[in-house]
Amino acid sequence: MRFALRRLGFFVVTVWAAVSFNFLVPRLMPGSPVEALIASHPHLGPQAIKALTVLLGSNLGHGSLVNQYFVYWEHVVTFNFGISITTSFGTPVRTMVFHALPWTLGLVGITTVVAFVAGTFIGLLSAWRRGTWLDSALPPVFVITYAFPFFWVGLLAIYLFAARLGVLPNGGSYSLGATPSFTLGYVGDVLQHAILPGLTILITSIGGWILTMRNNTITVLAEDYVRMARAKGLKPWRVMWHYAGKNAILPNLTGFAMSFGFVVSGAILVEYVFNYPGVGYMLLNAVDEHDYPLMQALFLLITVAVLACVLIADIATAIIDPRTTAAEHA
Amino acid sequence: MNVGPAVLAPVLAEPPVAPSRRIPGRKFLHALRHSKKATAGALLLLFFIVLAVFPGQIAPYNPSAMTFAPGLSPSAVHWLGTTSQGQDILSQLIWGARQTLIIAFAAGGIATCLSVLIGVSAAYLGGIADGILSLLIDVLLVIPIFPLIIVIAAYLHNAGTMDMIIVLGALGWSYGARQLRSQVLSLRNRDFLEAARVRGERSGYVIVGEILPTMTSLIVATFLSTAVYAVLAAAGLQFIGLGNPNAISWGTMLYWAQNNEALMTGSALWAIMPGLCVALLGAAFALLNYAFDEISNPALRPVKRLARTPFVPMDLDAESSNGAASNGSRRDGSPIGGALVGDRGTGADGG
Repeated sequence: MRFALRRLGFFVVTVWAAVSFNFLVPRLMPGSPVEALIASHPHLGPQAIKALTVLLGSNLGHGSLVNQYFVYWEHVVTFNFGISITTSFGTPVRTMVFHALPWTLGLVGITTVVAFVAGTFIGLLSAWRRGTWLDSALPPVFVITYAFPFFWVGLLAIYLFAARLGVLPNGGSYSLGATPSFTLGYVGDVLQHAILPGLTILITSIGGWILTMRNNTITVLAEDYVRMARAKGLKPWRVMWHYAGKNAILPNLTGFAMSFGFVVSGAILVEYVFNYPGVGYMLLNAVDEHDYPLMQALFLLITVAVLACVLIADIATAIIDPRTTAAEHA
Repeated sequence: MNVGPAVLAPVLAEPPVAPSRRIPGRKFLHALRHSKKATAGALLLLFFIVLAVFPGQIAPYNPSAMTFAPGLSPSAVHWLGTTSQGQDILSQLIWGARQTLIIAFAAGGIATCLSVLIGVSAAYLGGIADGILSLLIDVLLVIPIFPLIIVIAAYLHNAGTMDMIIVLGALGWSYGARQLRSQVLSLRNRDFLEAARVRGERSGYVIVGEILPTMTSLIVATFLSTAVYAVLAAAGLQFIGLGNPNAISWGTMLYWAQNNEALMTGSALWAIMPGLCVALLGAAFALLNYAFDEISNPALRPVKRLARTPFVPMDLDAESSNGAASNGSRRDGSPIGGALVGDRGTGADGG
């Protein structure tokens, strides 16, 4: 129980840090959104400039920085992120974010889980069968693919499958003119558009899981209880899965939490390459258009999502392995 | 983009050698020559360093000169073709190596220094200082760095190379700091440190002269993984247009290629080659890092089986005969410390 409370406390501290950072950065950076807009429209008169300043800068009211800080927190808690100022002028940021969220959740969520499961399994297998071709060939290959930039693999995939072979679409999440509905046709269309981005994320991120799982399993295989299990005459499959696997997977779980941030970062670029209308694509678009309210909201969303995943993974680890909570008490 | 976790975490497997008997880098050079992965990685890195140091002599044309016909396919005159503005792609690629390597080494260096500073101090000071510093490390570790960098770069309005180096360096130290901190924590109560304190050495000497030398491999590994992260993050930032679009580097080449629909209009090499170079450079660092893992953790070294050894189920009495069989299997001359694990590895499938 105390462990869960500590983890929750850490979560609160990090969320506070992220929100405060989101508040501070625009105010610390040289220039302001108003100046950026003015710079791109050089013929504005003083009346227009004043109107823009009121529109963009007075979201939090005037007053001291501390005052604005509290107002900002109030806005965050009520999901009031203002309105988009350039990307889609006038639309509440909240609406836009909720439109983009399902696409990212589907793409990133599913591929990450698949990569984790497949990678862990392959890593386990590869460590179990040391000395065979599986172990000598795969790890170096995956060390290299793990260092590949996400977006480059995406570009290659587009080039191979879309430009050259014409088999799969080269962008977007559904074909132009298709109406979103729950029919088989539309769902099939969505899936077809999701194959390449999903494959890209899968290929680049699976290397990490395989390598960590393999290294962990190698260490675990040297333990006495594995030897004991084999001496008892248990089937190799059972030893590999129940004894070695379950112990080796633990560091991977914590690793899963930590590298979720890494996967999200890569997914942002993949969405950009494939024009996939998810949260990452919207963030990069907002950056391009200097749409600061949208940018801040998206950054906050991404950060809090990653932090929540870390919290869940930590608690899951604690449930699976009671030693973690014991260590906290020690 | 932080590189994934425990993959790159070498474990200190041997007791520390007294500084006077240690020739710096001797074991590293030895491993470099004997491990195929390390040699490959080192050669690749050397290739790029040569490109970065002597671009004027190697590149056939001026990379920014828009004097050629645009959109040419690869030919004998232009090995990789030309861009849509009429620049030679090969020359851009060669000159771009310099920018990318500068960012990699500078940002990697800054981040590694910060890691060492914060990680070692946190562990050595202990108490409240340690609590605060490790909280800072953990917070920075879980917050996704890349979106953070994007937001900062967006506010900086056309960040130059120097800005990028500072931002990448200032945000990439958290993983290394955490590792260094746990390593120092495990060392804190070792006898040789106690002996140094009893001798009356100052804290400064204890940290720099006793602790740091034992952690050189970990520090180098941290540097290598931070370099990978810096290369990928810089390329990513430049690709989405947050770098300086007028500079010549691999990331900006990708930016211009993407903006000119290179893949669809037949100049596919314009987009593929810079990405390939980024991937190769990252792979070089990653291979070197992998080799480092194997140096510090002998259990991870490749297991070589004798070609025609029959699969004998592991006989608990005949340990010695099994050990003799695997004696000759190490062709690279590394100590048989890993043979024990290798033993169990071969027996695993037979069991």
